[in-house]
Formats: sequence, structure tokens, C-alpha cells
Amino acid sequence: MADQRRIDEPTGTETVGHEWDGIEELDTPMPRWWLWTFYICIAWAIGYTVLYPAWPMLNSATAGTFGWSSRGQLDKEMKAEQDRTAPIRTAIDATPIEELSNRPELLKAAIAGGQAAFKVHCVQCHGSGAAGSKGYPNLNDDDWLWGGDIASIHYTLTHGIRQPEHDLTRFSQMPAFGRDGILQPGDINDVTAYVRTISGQQPANAASKRGSAVFAANCVACHNADGKGNRDFGAPNLTDAIWLYGGDATAIAQTVTNSRYGVMPAWGARLDPTTVKMLATYVHSLGGGEALPAASNAAAAAASTADAGNTQEVNVAAK
Amino acid sequence: MSQQNKVPEVEEELHLYAKRKAVYPKAVDGIFRRLKWLIMAVTLTIYYVTPWLRWDRGHYAPDQAVLVDLAHRRFFMFSIEIWPHEFYYVAGLLIMAGIGLFLLTSAVGRAWCGYACPQTVWTDLFIHVERFIDGDRNAQIKLANASWGPEKLAKRLLKHAIWLLIAVMTGGAWIFYFADAPTLLHSFIRGDAPFIAYATVGVLTATTYTFGGIMREQVCIYMCPWPRIQTAMMDEKSLAVTYKDWRGEPRSRGVKKALEEGLQTGDCIDCNQCVQVCPTGIDIREGPQIGCITCALCIDACDKVMVQIGKPRGLIDYITLLDAEEEAKGHPRMAIRKRLFRPRTLIYFTIWTAIGAAMLFSLGERTRIDISVLKDRNPVFVTLSDGATRNAFTVKIRNMEARPRQVEIGLLGIDSATIWAEPGERDTAQRTVQMLLPPDSVAKTRIYAVSAAKSPAREEFSFTVRALDKEGGSDSEKVTFDRPEGQ
Repeated sequence: MADQRRIDEPTGTETVGHEWDGIEELDTPMPRWWLWTFYICIAWAIGYTVLYPAWPMLNSATAGTFGWSSRGQLDKEMKAEQDRTAPIRTAIDATPIEELSNRPELLKAAIAGGQAAFKVHCVQCHGSGAAGSKGYPNLNDDDWLWGGDIASIHYTLTHGIRQPEHDLTRFSQMPAFGRDGILQPGDINDVTAYVRTISGQQPANAASKRGSAVFAANCVACHNADGKGNRDFGAPNLTDAIWLYGGDATAIAQTVTNSRYGVMPAWGARLDPTTVKMLATYVHSLGGGEALPAASNAAAAAASTADAGNTQEVNVAAK
Repeated sequence: MSQQNKVPEVEEELHLYAKRKAVYPKAVDGIFRRLKWLIMAVTLTIYYVTPWLRWDRGHYAPDQAVLVDLAHRRFFMFSIEIWPHEFYYVAGLLIMAGIGLFLLTSAVGRAWCGYACPQTVWTDLFIHVERFIDGDRNAQIKLANASWGPEKLAKRLLKHAIWLLIAVMTGGAWIFYFADAPTLLHSFIRGDAPFIAYATVGVLTATTYTFGGIMREQVCIYMCPWPRIQTAMMDEKSLAVTYKDWRGEPRSRGVKKALEEGLQTGDCIDCNQCVQVCPTGIDIREGPQIGCITCALCIDACDKVMVQIGKPRGLIDYITLLDAEEEAKGHPRMAIRKRLFRPRTLIYFTIWTAIGAAMLFSLGERTRIDISVLKDRNPVFVTLSDGATRNAFTVKIRNMEARPRQVEIGLLGIDSATIWAEPGERDTAQRTVQMLLPPDSVAKTRIYAVSAAKSPAREEFSFTVRALDKEGGSDSEKVTFDRPEGQ
């Protein structure tokens, strides 16, 4: 059967030498263009393995004479991006945070930069929408433990809250009234009832009336006589609807018994000042940001006009 | 090898590739040639002049009458401005162009190919240039066969130079539709126009030169899909350029001699004029064929000869297949006007007009202000310290007028809510927010809505936008207001 290679007369082409029931196969040569393409590919491949990382060695692959690496390319792209944003970062850096709102284009860039940094450093506790969770404050609302104007937020971010071994950190410590035996369980129940009464969660009753006295004796130093708290100590307003650790009786009793000790890192020690500034701007822009105290009010008011122009965005004047 | 085994010599070897036979169309004058001149003048004028027409749209929009502003995603056509989301108008125009071609083809055959197709118009232009420099058909053939000398070289150089010049101007005119023409011309000459402008001119120069100067009828015969599609569109009632063989055959060059010999002769004296004037180099007497673009120059040439030999015109003529059969039998042909009005053409025309009217109607009715609202989903709602609930929305308002407009954003439903936008605040929030929209752009703003009401957990309402100027216009979009469960 095999090796009956012969020239097929009608086509003038050699056969492969097999025959099945009278059917034979032509050994048509490769088209010339195909062969050349193939040879060019081989030449290309050899050139490629010389110029680029290719051959696996014991510890790493050959480096290639071009010295290209994917990591190097990433570095280059990152560098280019840093160079691109450098001028605006420098400008943000040079502008005091209280005056950023006077510079709409800088403010916009700072908020965008802050949003990006927030996704990397803050979402672990505060959530991707900055809505927080139990023990981690919601940054969208209008309730601020340590102050909600941009300068206060910036300070809190820079120095953290209860950051160990940091003198400038926001610090306060509520006593563990129950655990340390300062209050008896009955007193704790009474003061819990009182707190729930002033926050409008339950009507006044005998327990809350007794709790009022407990409150006056133990809590007013930080939480104020009216229960509205004190931002100097990060003491929460107990009359509002926002509860960091829960507003039900169990949660409040637990807080009074064991106290709370929330910690936020001092980001000034971890991030560069520009990023911290941008983070503060972003957090302030989430809807709950407060105006600066009177001294800086004039500056804030001047910030009412924003970039219209080519950005297709406008600022809006509330009626 | 013996004589018997010898393979007989094949007369002509067949190849898959056929070399182009050069076509040297002869100059001709007549009614259809003049019509072609007229159409060429009109179409080329439209093409070259349109981008230079100005149209005052005020301070905030370009003053170019026809402008496809890809960079800013706007399409201007006189008083009409089309935004990307209104692209269906362009789609409608393209559909109209398609159906218009169907209509044209079913009524008058390949009239598009013969008169208005850019390939035909530019080829015609190039042929005229060639004739102007080399002379008419015979001179051209002579020059082509002549050996290379200073005269041939000079003529060839001049011809190709003019062709290239036309090609550059063709490509050059195209780019002015996409940017402000005078500005672009200046920067193009200075050399600081965008690269894409030079690239476009380069590509179009190459295609114009190649298609109009070198490839010519080969584009129609081998490259263009339209002749094939048209073949399907045409029927026995479509006009086509037809050689009336029942009248012309048998052809005879020597009519007198044939008569003397008692032979019958047709009207065709086989003068070959119809073949010589044909720009695609076909012989119409062979019957309808794909190479015929129905430019009707052979009709002009033949009519002239018929007048000279004292025979009625129209040996080659526009006639439908059906009429040709009738006429061959000696019956009178139907009036062309009657042929044109038949169900098929009327249906095409009705569809074409309906689309046009619908587009015109919606153009007149469209609002030039448009709101879209995206509700914040993370967080869905925010509880404020007094127990009220705040929702945030990203509001985008399209101002499609070329002037700034003062608008009022308001609420429809959810009576308990008030809204504000930065830098406003909750204390001064009302039911509406005013906003100055920049001209011809999308304004984006974040709007906070707050409601102290306790229920229900989800409430539907609408954001509305209303222009405060005298032209007015409004739009609204339905969204939801969410509250914590159980409140």
C-alpha cells in the first residue's frame, strides 16, 4: 500500500503514496507565501527571545537585552501619573485647608483624590459608602463627636483618636461605671432609662427620674447638663437619634457598664500630608460637613461660586 | 511520443485574472451629457461649498452651517442641532437615503450610478482632465501606444499632477465638515492641524486618485456591492438603457450595398459610437449587463447618428423591459409617467415620506431640556441627628439650547421632603432649587432631600425640571425615597 509515490498526471503533483479503494492523496507542497510567513515568524521569535525576557533559568528568566519588565513598565506608568498630578498636589499642599473651598478646581481635585484614598485606607472600618457600622461612625450624617468643620476633621484624621503614644491625638476615656464599681446595676438601669428618655425613645417614668440624679452626679462633666455632649472630649450628644454603639436599653447599659474606647489611627504618621488633607476634604463633602466657626465664615461664604466653563458642571445656588 | 497522444492546443488559455482593457471614452454631446454636466456642477458645488456656509447660532455654539463636531459630540445642520442621544435622527436619515435609493432604482433603474454617485462624478471629472491634456479618444490611444518621449512624459506628468491636485482638494474638503472650516484651513496650512486631519486628507487623496484616475469602472464592476443589490431591486418595469435590437438588427455598415443585394437591414449601421463613448467600455448592444451604469452617453451618441442618417432617434433609449417586449411586438409603449406611478414606487415613496414626516414632526416637538436622576445607593439613606432621613441624588440636566438657562428643580410627590444642593444647607432647604445651566452642555449636581416623616419605608416621587425663561420646557424623572425599616 505504502511507497507507491508517483506523479499524478492531470495535476503534475506527487502523491503521498497511499491508496484506499482507488482514492489517492496529492502531496501538494506548502504555498510559498505560507512558508515565508512561517520562516519570518521563526526569525521573529528568535529575535523576541533575545530582546525580551524569555528563557527560564534556575532563579529567574533571562532579562532580555531591552531590559523590559512588566514591573518596570508599571513603575514608569505610575511615575507618569504622579508627574501628571504633581502640580495639583503641590497646589493643594500649599493651600491651607480652610481656604480650599475658595479654590473650586482644587477642591474638586482634593475631593476626588480623597475619595480614592478613602477606598484604600478607610473603607475597612467606615465602609465603602462611609456609612460606618456599629462602633464606626457614619461620616455622611450631621453628627460629629470631635467637630464637623473641615479643620476639625483634618485634625482628627491627622492625629487620630486615642492613638497610643501620640500626644496630640484626640483623647478621652469614659469610666467603666459598672465594671469598676462606680455605679450599682440599679443605678445603671436608671441612668439608661434617663438617657432613653432625653433622646425621646421612651416616656419619662420612675426609673428615669431616679436616673436623672445619677446622670447629674456622674455624667454632666462630659455629656453636659442637657445631655448634648461636648466635642472637646468627643462626648456624644445623648439626645439625638444617632447611636454609635446602639440606642436600645441593652446597648446603652453595656456602654455605661464597660465604657467604649474607639480608636482611629493617626493618619498623619501613615500618609503624606496632602493625602490626609484630601481625605478630610472628601469626608467633609459627604453631606454632613459643617461650616467653619465664625472667624473663618467669610472665607467659606466666598466659596459659593464654582467652576462652570468647560467642565460641563455647575454649582447650584439654593433658592 | 506518438502523434495521437499529443494534447490538442488550447486556443486561449483561461485565467482567473483578466487584465484590464484600457477604456478611452470619446467625447459626446447631447441631452444626457448636459444633464450630467449639470448634476456634476451641483453635486461638486454642494460638496465644496457646504462647510463654508455660516449660520449664526449666537455666542455659545459654532457658526458653521453644517458641522459634525465629533470632539464635542454635536451634529449641526443649519437650525438643527443633534446630540448623541438623538442619533436616531441620523439613523433615520440613513434609512431614508437607503429607501430613497430603492425608490430611485425601482423607478429609473441605476440612475444613482449613472449620474450622482461620487465614483461616477469624480471619474467623469478625471476623464475630462485627461481629455483636456491628451485630446480625445484617438489622440489618447495614439499617446498610449507612443514610445516615451519628452512630450508623452510632459503630458503624463501634467495629467497626474492635476489628478493629484483634484484628489488633494477632494480629501481636503472632507475634513472641513468636522471642524470650523476657516480655522482648520489656517492651521492645516501652518502645519499645526491635528494629525487626524492630515491622515484623513492623505487617505482620501489616495482613494480619490486611485479610484477616479486609475481604477475607474473597475470599482463599479468589481468592488461596489450596489450594482448587485440594484439588480435585485430592478424589475421589468424599471427604466434601463436598452438597445432596441428588433429595430437595429441586422446591423449593416453598407446599407446601400445591402439593399442592392436585396438584404434586409436594421437601423444600426454598426458605427460603434455607442461603444466608443462608454465610460465603462461595454457594448450596450449585447443587452443589459452589470457594467452598464446607465449614464446614457450611448443614447446621446446614437441619437446624433440617427439624425445624420435620417432615422428616428432612440435606437438606444431608456425603456423598461416590459415596454421593450411590447414595442418589439409593434404595440405602442406606455407613457413613462404611467410607468413611474405603480404600487411598488408608491409604497417606497410612502415609506420614505412617512419616515421624513415623522422625523420632522419629532424634531419640532422635541424638548431641549432633559433631567436624569441617579439615587445614591451607598448609603441608601442617612439618618440625621434629629431622626429625619436624608437621601442623596446625582442630578444631571441637559441644556440642549445654545444659551445659558435658569431652571428650577422641584419635587412631585413626597410632600414632607425639602431639597438643597451645595453650598446650601438643610436649614434653608425648600421644595425647589434654582440652577443656572451653562449653554449646550450637561449640568451635574448633587441634591440632598430630607424628610422628617416616619413612613413608609419606600416612597416614590419625581424630580422635575422647568425652564424659567419664556420659551419654557420641562421634564421629570421618577425616583424613590428610602427610609430605615420600621420607621
